[in-house]
Amino acid sequence: MNQPRSFRTEAVVIRHADWGEADRILTLFTREQGKLRVLAKGARKVLSRKAGHLEPFTRVTLQLARGRDLPIVTQVETLDAYLPLRDDLLKVGYAAYVLELIDRLTYDEEGNTFSLFRLLTETLERIASEADGWLAVRYYEMRLLDFLGFRPKLFECANCGRPVEPRDQYFSPGVGGVICPQCGMGLPGLWNVDVETLKYLRHFQRSSYAEAVRARPNAEARKKIEALMQAYFTYLLERELNTPGFLKRVRT
Amino acid sequence: MLLPQPLQNLVLAFERLPGIGPKSASRLAFFLLRAPEDVSRQLADALIALKQNTAFCPECFNIMQAGRERCEICESRARDERVICVVEEPLDVLALERVGAYKGKYHVLHGVLSPIEGIGPDDLKIKPLLERVARGGVTEVILATNPSMEGDATALYLRQQLLPFGVQVTRLARGLPVGGDLEYADQNTLLRALSGRQEMT
Repeated sequence: MNQPRSFRTEAVVIRHADWGEADRILTLFTREQGKLRVLAKGARKVLSRKAGHLEPFTRVTLQLARGRDLPIVTQVETLDAYLPLRDDLLKVGYAAYVLELIDRLTYDEEGNTFSLFRLLTETLERIASEADGWLAVRYYEMRLLDFLGFRPKLFECANCGRPVEPRDQYFSPGVGGVICPQCGMGLPGLWNVDVETLKYLRHFQRSSYAEAVRARPNAEARKKIEALMQAYFTYLLERELNTPGFLKRVRT
Repeated sequence: MLLPQPLQNLVLAFERLPGIGPKSASRLAFFLLRAPEDVSRQLADALIALKQNTAFCPECFNIMQAGRERCEICESRARDERVICVVEEPLDVLALERVGAYKGKYHVLHGVLSPIEGIGPDDLKIKPLLERVARGGVTEVILATNPSMEGDATALYLRQQLLPFGVQVTRLARGLPVGGDLEYADQNTLLRALSGRQEMT
């Protein structure tokens, strides 16, 4: 135990839960340590100096003191509140989805999370600033899979290794990639993925964001891409996500 | 544990209350054991009455005495029928009533939308609110959910749902609290305090 008593970090607030009389337990995604749970004392009082800075979807810089159990927030200041995001219900949903994914897919205090943190803040920034956050979210999903080691194989058949031909294919969540029609014939647990959906997924996987946003999938293609990615995440997490249901309700 | 069964049962019951751990629970149990009998009898009566004699008002979903048709506020003729103030919890009604400046009716949602926790519109009393507004006679709906991410999301959703009815939808103003400190205010609050500034008269 040779750690300093107090330390400074930059983080995005993922979620909060009430604790005790006037405190809150926050789940943060920090730049240095990854997911971290901290205690914000008195954050529910009207005159709290911290509360406004500790809302979900805020990028903050904080001073933390090591407590007996959870670190305690001593100072906090907003770096970016992503304000445009808060006035749009759909964007709130997107941001919640982005944070739910990172919350579910990472473990506490993993460390070495600089690039993941950057992806997260860039994505929130994009959702806030762009007219339509849809592409930003899809791009984020793909990159997140890369970082976590679940990068799906989209260019060669995950079974025989032959290059994928431009026609309808299968997708195997278990193997984590495309299975060509020859290999996949009659195998259980495979999903169909059509040429168009695959085209966009491959585009997101190999492009920079600047290139990825040039994609213009129509409503039908969007639905299919989203459904496939969500099904893949559900498979990886072995649990349903909460936000997709919310998004569905909000969109109508 | 070597406690006799009745005592043990009470300790376990206390432990299920929020903020009470095993130590506090046994302390409370032993206090009641030593106290005169009417202390525990009163407590027991109050506990039984709590569930039996309360109900939700079918109109505004605030808590009311069981057996009534509607709650006092909903039945009051002095109250303005045309204004509905939408709040998260029954305690919020209490807070607003203490101020005494509001003369309209209420609607309690019993929660807020939370995308991450998976709390959607169907988990709240949103449908009854829309039905109330649809019946007509309402000119203004005040959205008094908390100024938090969840409260704002709920307000945004309600505005979207209320739009077709053509009622005026307002949100409680947001700004600096009394006794607050400008230096520590967050961007969101300051921005809204600035844009909602009022001329001094």
